[in-house]
Amino acid sequence: MTNIPFPAPPADSAEVLALRTEFRAFLDKLLGHRSPRLRSDNWYGFSREFSRAMGQAGYLGMTWPKQYGGHERTAFERYVVVEESLAYGAPVGAHWIADRQSGPSILKFGTEEQKQTILPRIAAGELAFGIGMSEPDSGSDLAATRTRAVRDGDLYRVTGTKVWTSFAHEADYLILFCRTSGTPADRHQGTSQLLVDLRNTPGLTIKPIIDLAGQHHFNELHFEDAAVPATNLLGAEGDGWNQVMSELAFERSGPERFLSSIELMYQLIAVLQGREDEAALATIGRLTAQLAVLRRLSRSVAAMLQTRENAGLQAAIVKDVGAVWEQTLPDFARQLVDAEPDPRTAAAYAGVLANIVHNAPSWSLRGGTREILRGIIARGLGTR
Amino acid sequence: MLAEMIQRLFERSLGDSEQAQAREGQWLPGLWAEIEEMGLPLALLSEEQGGFGLSAAEQGEALRLLGQLAVPLPVIETMGANRLLASAGLELADGPAGLARADHLVLQGGRLTGTVERVAWGEHLACLAIAVGDRLYRVPATGWTLAEAGSAMNFQPRPALAIDWAVDASAPLPHCPLAEGATLRAFQIAGALEAALDMTLEHTATRVQFGKPLQKNQVVQHELAKLAGELACATAAADLAGEALTRGDVLGVAAGSLRAREAAGNGAAIATQMHGAIGFTREHRLHLYTTALWTWRDEFGGQVHWATLLGRAARDAGEAGYWPMVTAL
Repeated sequence: MTNIPFPAPPADSAEVLALRTEFRAFLDKLLGHRSPRLRSDNWYGFSREFSRAMGQAGYLGMTWPKQYGGHERTAFERYVVVEESLAYGAPVGAHWIADRQSGPSILKFGTEEQKQTILPRIAAGELAFGIGMSEPDSGSDLAATRTRAVRDGDLYRVTGTKVWTSFAHEADYLILFCRTSGTPADRHQGTSQLLVDLRNTPGLTIKPIIDLAGQHHFNELHFEDAAVPATNLLGAEGDGWNQVMSELAFERSGPERFLSSIELMYQLIAVLQGREDEAALATIGRLTAQLAVLRRLSRSVAAMLQTRENAGLQAAIVKDVGAVWEQTLPDFARQLVDAEPDPRTAAAYAGVLANIVHNAPSWSLRGGTREILRGIIARGLGTR
Repeated sequence: MLAEMIQRLFERSLGDSEQAQAREGQWLPGLWAEIEEMGLPLALLSEEQGGFGLSAAEQGEALRLLGQLAVPLPVIETMGANRLLASAGLELADGPAGLARADHLVLQGGRLTGTVERVAWGEHLACLAIAVGDRLYRVPATGWTLAEAGSAMNFQPRPALAIDWAVDASAPLPHCPLAEGATLRAFQIAGALEAALDMTLEHTATRVQFGKPLQKNQVVQHELAKLAGELACATAAADLAGEALTRGDVLGVAAGSLRAREAAGNGAAIATQMHGAIGFTREHRLHLYTTALWTWRDEFGGQVHWATLLGRAARDAGEAGYWPMVTAL
């Protein structure tokens, strides 16, 4: 039988329940004043101040060893903090990528010096990271990367272009996926990852890419013979493909893959107060059932990560099913409530709806498109 | 271990001819005798109750397997009735049993009367566990007559039974038969979807069109991925409902049951489409699963019943209380 196993997540321990209560109170205290519209930015919100507060309170690098500034807590405790942050619409952008994937990649592949200099600062909420994977001619087909790093004494000379780099104009570092030998025809061979200092790399220029919502998250990065110290090589030269796949597994596994539009659910429920409409209640019930099951699947992935099982296939399923949930929510809302979405209004419902409709298309693109994920799942089923 | 025994029993004794008989509404007495001999009707009971004392995971595996094998007998209904009867301290079923909620039944002068609609294999049952209000009644077969015939989407019997019974066995209701039945159906649905995915993978691997197996086409692969997603959701939904039933959380049962019902429809549609015309026939075994899925998804309270129940709780939780409600499911 071909059922892809999702082990039952353990029941919440007393520590986990206490952490949830404690962290909700932390969010209320720091962020209770923010509007629904701001909350609906979800993990695109960026606040250095909030990230530093998270770090000071011990909510970043939670599972990492204490010697690198971590807190040696369980994958489940981290899961609670991550999902409560998202459900609250906290502005997590200044630590999101670093805590989720860059830090874990450095912990897994980095040198002792890299771990000691970078990880404690991520855990303190002081370092923001960007993702350096996509290129103008290499999106889903990551192995076609053209950005090239050539060794020159104790430097790498980097030439090429990266795109869709969220927060590059604000962040401190980037993990750059690039080619260190051979040609794009060599595919997975000859690729590597470099740590790039975004604030202090001669030859690097960063230009904004404005999205259709008029917002500036994305950037285009031009490297022109840019000098990166050779000590910034992450992991082994030539091992970039395995490393970047490992990084993507961190990127795809979390609850951010179905909670992007959760604020719209709250506002829909607010609008439905006092309305005794059976069809509307049934729709809310069905959506809630779907959400509860997604959350269970996602916690199951967290359980697998805790025991260090490879959860790449399960994560792809959660992201695929989850993106459908978060993307179709505005359509269900539109069947229940008449409202013209307005991106500039102060009205909660119309403003949140506008922000969600504007941003929803990106949710089945980022972190692996729907088509790529379904290909991964099909391969897991043994079809190719 | 129990799973292996179940697998062996039905591989030996349940073939296409038995399925065809069941489809014509014929009871399979030999198979039922084997099921009783194995003790399956007691599988959900604790050891103190005279059962197997299975873990939640072992229970789930057995229940899914019964769905995966499309067992055409009221096995899970009997298991569920026994769990209710045992929890209430009533005598266990002495043969195949059913379970129902029937608040419209009338209790007067020590007699329970009225009609219970659409009971699986009703005319062949030994007893019914019926909830009326906050009490559970153990009604023996002598307490009803056949009121009206009825059929499920897989053509198995769903008659209405006219109850007229001098009450001699009742107890406070331990939990709702609808929640019990909906939870067990969720496991069956997950099992049937597992079988449907396997058949669909097999068919699309062996069926060659345009010079290559169907599943070498990306568009087919993506449908298979969606089917795997529905299966994952149904399996997790059944587990969610099962855990919620154990702690008496009707909202959790609603959530799990609803998502499994939805997966039944979505999954059956994909599996049938991927089989092409052969999936629309009785010649291929897929129909045993699709017609069972179309049966099970609407039983023990319909989709609207459970969805409005959960939706009303969500609305009442309000904007700020919604997320805490979700994390408690």
